[in-house]
Amino acid sequence: MEQQAYIEKLKPILAPYAKDQEALQHLTRETSFIRDLKINSANLVDVVLDVEEAFDVEIDNESMEQMLTVGAAIDIVEAKLSSR
Amino acid sequence: MTADRIIARLPYRAPFLFVDRIDAVDEQHIEGSFYLDPELDFYKGHFPKQAVTPGVILTEIMAQIGLVCLGIYLTGDDPSATGFPFALTATNIEFYRPVYPGERVKVNSVKTYFRFGKLKCTVQLYNGEGILACEGTLSGMHINKALWKEE
Repeated sequence: MEQQAYIEKLKPILAPYAKDQEALQHLTRETSFIRDLKINSANLVDVVLDVEEAFDVEIDNESMEQMLTVGAAIDIVEAKLSSR
Repeated sequence: MTADRIIARLPYRAPFLFVDRIDAVDEQHIEGSFYLDPELDFYKGHFPKQAVTPGVILTEIMAQIGLVCLGIYLTGDDPSATGFPFALTATNIEFYRPVYPGERVKVNSVKTYFRFGKLKCTVQLYNGEGILACEGTLSGMHINKALWKEE
């Protein structure tokens, strides 16, 4: 899947939790969930659970801790998908 | 993890302890209750001519039993779990009928998930007659650290 396709698939997942809609519209690999989208840490858990469901992957605790940006999330999902 | 040990680990004290019984608990759910003593201070002002239990107090009862007590049970076998257990992060409760002083309310909570330190539950509160008075979802984050110095 192309990077842009991942970003487009992530957008609706992030939409209910993002407090900064402007940053959501201009989502890039560098967008930080907490700093740019202003998602709090409790809602970040729901983002990760929704990512698991959307891509049919399981995210472990270690991966969760690294999922701070859109790019990191895509890399983790890509690695999980390619390892099976 | 017994009911007594769960209650002993709660950080709340009167007049803000809203759990007096845990009737059942397992990995998926918890049932408990609290007696609404008519002498509780908030009834003097809510309302002076007709005491009714405030919605925030009903929410707190649901949170202490349904979220915090269940969370203590779920994390209880962890020997490092000695700090403040859970902090409330979200509530979404609907209220169907008034709850009056002198009622023993029962809370039933079912775990939606407990992952990455976040516990989310679907919680119901029944009035003294066993009729559903309010229900909704509650979420909290596992904190497990001291928020104040012990004396």
